[in-house]
Amino acid sequence: MSSTAQELIPPEAREPAGPRAAKGGRVRRLSGRDKLVLTLMVGIPTLIELALVWLPTLMSVGLSFTRWNGLDLADIHPAGAENYQFISQDYPPFWPAVQHNMLWLLFLALIATPLGLLLAVLLDQNIRGSKIYQSIFFAPVMLSLALIGIIWQLFYQRDNGLLNFLLGTAGTPHAVDWFGDSSVNIWAAMIAATWRHAGYVMLLYLAGLKGVDPSLKEAAAIDGASAVQTFFRVVFPAMRPINIVIVVITIIESLRAFDVVYVINRGTNGLEMLSALVIQNLVGEGQVIGVGSALAVVLLVISLVPIVFYLSRTFGKENQA
Amino acid sequence: MSIAAARAAGNATTTQSRSGSRPKRHYGTHIFLVAMAVMWLIPLGWALYTALRPVASTNEHGYFSVAGDFNFDNFVQAWTQGGFATYFWNSVIITVPSVLLTLFLASLMAFAVSRVNWKFNITLLIMFTAGNLLPPQVLAAPLFEMAKHLEVPYSFSDSGNLLNTYIVVIAIHIAFQMGFCTFVLSNYMKALSADLTEAALVDGAGIWRQYREIIMPLCRPAFAALATLEVIFIYNDYFWPLLFIQSGNRLPITTAINNLQGQFLSNYNLLAAGAVITVIPTLVIYLLLQRQFVAGLTLGSSKG
Repeated sequence: MSSTAQELIPPEAREPAGPRAAKGGRVRRLSGRDKLVLTLMVGIPTLIELALVWLPTLMSVGLSFTRWNGLDLADIHPAGAENYQFISQDYPPFWPAVQHNMLWLLFLALIATPLGLLLAVLLDQNIRGSKIYQSIFFAPVMLSLALIGIIWQLFYQRDNGLLNFLLGTAGTPHAVDWFGDSSVNIWAAMIAATWRHAGYVMLLYLAGLKGVDPSLKEAAAIDGASAVQTFFRVVFPAMRPINIVIVVITIIESLRAFDVVYVINRGTNGLEMLSALVIQNLVGEGQVIGVGSALAVVLLVISLVPIVFYLSRTFGKENQA
Repeated sequence: MSIAAARAAGNATTTQSRSGSRPKRHYGTHIFLVAMAVMWLIPLGWALYTALRPVASTNEHGYFSVAGDFNFDNFVQAWTQGGFATYFWNSVIITVPSVLLTLFLASLMAFAVSRVNWKFNITLLIMFTAGNLLPPQVLAAPLFEMAKHLEVPYSFSDSGNLLNTYIVVIAIHIAFQMGFCTFVLSNYMKALSADLTEAALVDGAGIWRQYREIIMPLCRPAFAALATLEVIFIYNDYFWPLLFIQSGNRLPITTAINNLQGQFLSNYNLLAAGAVITVIPTLVIYLLLQRQFVAGLTLGSSKG
């Protein structure tokens, strides 16, 4: 349990340290009425979760092996692996989308996340105005990614955007339409996403750094470790739980990247993303549910990697106990 | 970038460990932070600046200038022409029931998996947590088709099915957000002493009374943090209304701002004003409840 969670709980209500006594056998003491209450408590949320999250996930897998225009349920025809063959061989936006998702992940992992960590480490010192800086860097985290797309559109426009004025290219033939030009727009969109992601990472690491025992750092300093060594060998490994969360958030955010590109141009012309392709095949004219579902399954299989990693780290110990 | 980060991070730890009680001047750090803070504020600042200038001024002097008038006309015009009152109301209709029901259902589930010892509690908790981590687009196609093919009376929905209704958007928000809230609340409840409910059990209190009278009141701080966080999450959601709601005038504000781009065609002043209006509710929550919001985010990243 993190320090934050502990602080929120009044001391008299906290679980005392050490193994919990008399844990087993409680079920046997339940009355018939208690069993009914418990069944409802577990049953209703579980039914909602199964019906609206896990059943649709399985149906996506099923539909990806069919051909369907989405109109009549009787029109669903089995299609084998046809849809997968189509997206990998004959569907031009597929491989660019895979590349863009990878690029997005690398950009967040190598630029946005380290930037957030750097800001957290700098702000964790007792420097003047730390709270003000934190509020500024954190503000974009409150905004929706759709709104971030609009706000950056104002900044990036070719003729009236601030960036081209600052570069001195506004009104000249050299002016770049940062969101429109397919050779640069993915980079422009990733910078807009970094604006939000770095603040989020900063916040989580600030909480993590507060949880690191200061005596660890002092001990390392006494042993003659340099500052860099202290950070990477002592402080950073001590934040392991937060590091895992950050890795998972970074990967999942890059797979979920949808709102920004969809607001800009619906994920076309240089901004192809797997998530946007799913929706294009679903809501466009001449719906091809099978192809959209095959793309969704590709997205699902990739996202299962970080999800399983996270779950095994989080629940692994409890399962053994 | 990462080398710079390492070096700066190293410097930071040195300064901290050696400074002691003696105040230390961090000139380099401040220069870097000020530069970053200015870069961080530019996009929002530019939107606000553009929104405050009438289109006549920017047409005459250009957008990159300080000349001309400054007033709130764009905000008034965007509000009246853009239909913001409707969109905001739609956001309220979706957000309030979603947050309340999500927290209620998640608290039931969290209580059952954290305070009662039985066989499948970890399995169910894993299922809930994993569900929240899936990209929403993975479930989009079947959910869309389910809503489309589920016929309901026309008195209930003018589309004859669940598309274009708030019910379906609210239901999906609940299903999707419940996983996260259950995870956070169950960690929180696990940290509460087992003696609390043991004592109640001796007094003959049933499960419902343990939940309602002992655990719920103690979870108030977690509810405050989660409610703040969920209001922001659901208010900011762009995707589900985009998928399910087709009538423009039923969209919540976050999804509707996409249409403003077309509506305020090439009038960037109005578009900027619309963007700023959309920011205001989140900004108010941010200023009033920042502590709750931050507590919610860090609770979510912690592990009990």
